[in-house]
Amino acid sequence: MEFIFFIEVLAGGLLAGVMYALVALGFVLIYKASGVFNFAQGSMVFFAALTFVSLTERGWNFWLALVVTLAVMVLLAVATERVVLRPLVNQPPITLFMATIGLAFVLEGLSQLLWGSQPHGLELGIPDVPMEWLSQKWNVNISQFDLFAAFVAGLLVAVLALLFQKTRIGRALRAVADDHQAALAVGIPLQHIWAIVWAVAGFVALVAGVMWGVRNGVQFALTFVALKALPVLILGGFESILGAIIGGLIIGASEKLAEVYLGPYVGGGIESWFAYVIALLFLLVRPEGLFGEKHIDRV
Amino acid sequence: MLYREAGQFKSTYAEDQQIFPIRQDRIALAVFLVFAFVVVPVIGNQYWLGALLTPFLIFALAALGLNILTGYAGQLSLGTAAFMAVGAFMAYNFVLRVPGIPILAAFVLAGICAAAVGIVFGLPSLRIKGFYLAVATLACQFFVLWALQKYGWFSNHSTSGVITAQQIVILGYVLDTPERKYLLTLGVVAVMALLAKNLMRSETGRAFMAVRDMDVAASVIGIPMMRTKLLAFAISSFYCGVAGALHAFCYLGTVEPEAYSLDLSFRILFMIIIGGVGSILGSFLGAAFITLFPIFLNLASSWLNEFFGIEISHAVVSNSEAIIFGGLIIFFLIVEPQGLARLWQITKEKLRLWPFPH
Repeated sequence: MEFIFFIEVLAGGLLAGVMYALVALGFVLIYKASGVFNFAQGSMVFFAALTFVSLTERGWNFWLALVVTLAVMVLLAVATERVVLRPLVNQPPITLFMATIGLAFVLEGLSQLLWGSQPHGLELGIPDVPMEWLSQKWNVNISQFDLFAAFVAGLLVAVLALLFQKTRIGRALRAVADDHQAALAVGIPLQHIWAIVWAVAGFVALVAGVMWGVRNGVQFALTFVALKALPVLILGGFESILGAIIGGLIIGASEKLAEVYLGPYVGGGIESWFAYVIALLFLLVRPEGLFGEKHIDRV
Repeated sequence: MLYREAGQFKSTYAEDQQIFPIRQDRIALAVFLVFAFVVVPVIGNQYWLGALLTPFLIFALAALGLNILTGYAGQLSLGTAAFMAVGAFMAYNFVLRVPGIPILAAFVLAGICAAAVGIVFGLPSLRIKGFYLAVATLACQFFVLWALQKYGWFSNHSTSGVITAQQIVILGYVLDTPERKYLLTLGVVAVMALLAKNLMRSETGRAFMAVRDMDVAASVIGIPMMRTKLLAFAISSFYCGVAGALHAFCYLGTVEPEAYSLDLSFRILFMIIIGGVGSILGSFLGAAFITLFPIFLNLASSWLNEFFGIEISHAVVSNSEAIIFGGLIIFFLIVEPQGLARLWQITKEKLRLWPFPH
């Protein structure tokens, strides 16, 4: 019984970790290609989810709404590149980071101005209930929707990996991530690449937003999901897609296990900060995260 | 014509090293302080003093604290509100649990507690930098608020979670009107701003700036990294802690964890971005801007309503506030990364020549 409960908590944690990883992926993409720590990722998730759900509630077809929202995200990416990033080229990373905080405010205000601030429910037709055959055969309760989310995340990573490894755009993206100036020198248009990467991050945000929207409803609290993704990022390393996934799994699992087994000793509710503490302790040992690139400081 | 240092000769080293080397600056500052201490409490009404000027001064102090850490020592922090919360709660507890403690002593002790928390959460800064550090300070933000809510000792086992701050009594005077609270806040802020201004031109301040500009180079020339970084965290958190105590006692009148959310941390970060990163004056300008801006927007919407008959709902106002806010931050970063303080410097340069072209 004990063991089955442990498995259940672990599985729940791992699957919750997949959800974190979905959000963390967006951060990694942008950081890899432009060295910008995009604080607005959470707001992008919120913006995408709210746009999508508002369109479907107005009677739009699911796929049509998805495509239109995607188009909006691409438009947003192009606008961001043009208005925010391009004038700030060559500024220190901290300036760019602060600019994305500003962008986060704009997006949060804009989405609520456009669509109102009441929470929306979202249904994909996959019930958030335990899988029947699993609970009958093994007495383990694992949500059907969690498994679906894990599948989507896996698919997303596979698609992104293909995009990065096999296509011309992917090669350009990796070149830019490696060295901006060298990439410019061989004739890769930096501005286009940034717009593309922000658009891809917008797509990831849309997927994450829909997944989280089904789980918690589409509401303003979605923007805080990004804060949950931060410990995942520093654990996995800012530059690694694989790190985002593994970091997400570690954080999700340890968070749930800590809440269940450690929580009662300190009064519970430790989920809000435990992930940060894990990430912090981990950083003390390996300051660049699990799969991050090692930085060498030179004077 | 009026604003130039011609004819002011420095004949000693001490004169050369004073804080405000230009006579006009000293006169202007003295006039300004007299105005703030004497004239403002007389002409200001309850709303102006209690709801605008007092919070402005308190946020300016918190922004000053963050500016010491982020602007001068270059360590990005998103935990400012947590340090303020520590200050507010500890000041409450000192007044509650130490009978007869002078309130200012309680504020200082609260600041020292905040500094201790700051040192603990500053420890990771020895190993990690930049964004990783920002995330580490986020941990502080969440952990501190959780601890304050979880352990009843901090809130004296209050059931509602909202505690009323005690009355402020200094040497038998009860400070209960907005004017008196304003004067207390102004006094504390003025003294601490002066201290900060002095600190930043001392050896410590220069060590901070060396660490900010390039920490590897700073350690190579013999600046003790651990001492400098932790000192920056301690001083910054001390300022934030005192600001938090003032926030609870002089502005809100209550001590509650919700007042010190992540949102407040961001607002204070914006104050220093807009005001000027690495500038004492900038902390004040930024705080003024961020405190007054929402009020201005509200006024603007009511004017629109009055003159053009355009009804603007509260939700629209608050959402457009967020949009304009974010837009302004991006705008400032693009146009003037050094913030309002830089604009003031440019004005001063212009004033030196005015009205002549060269």
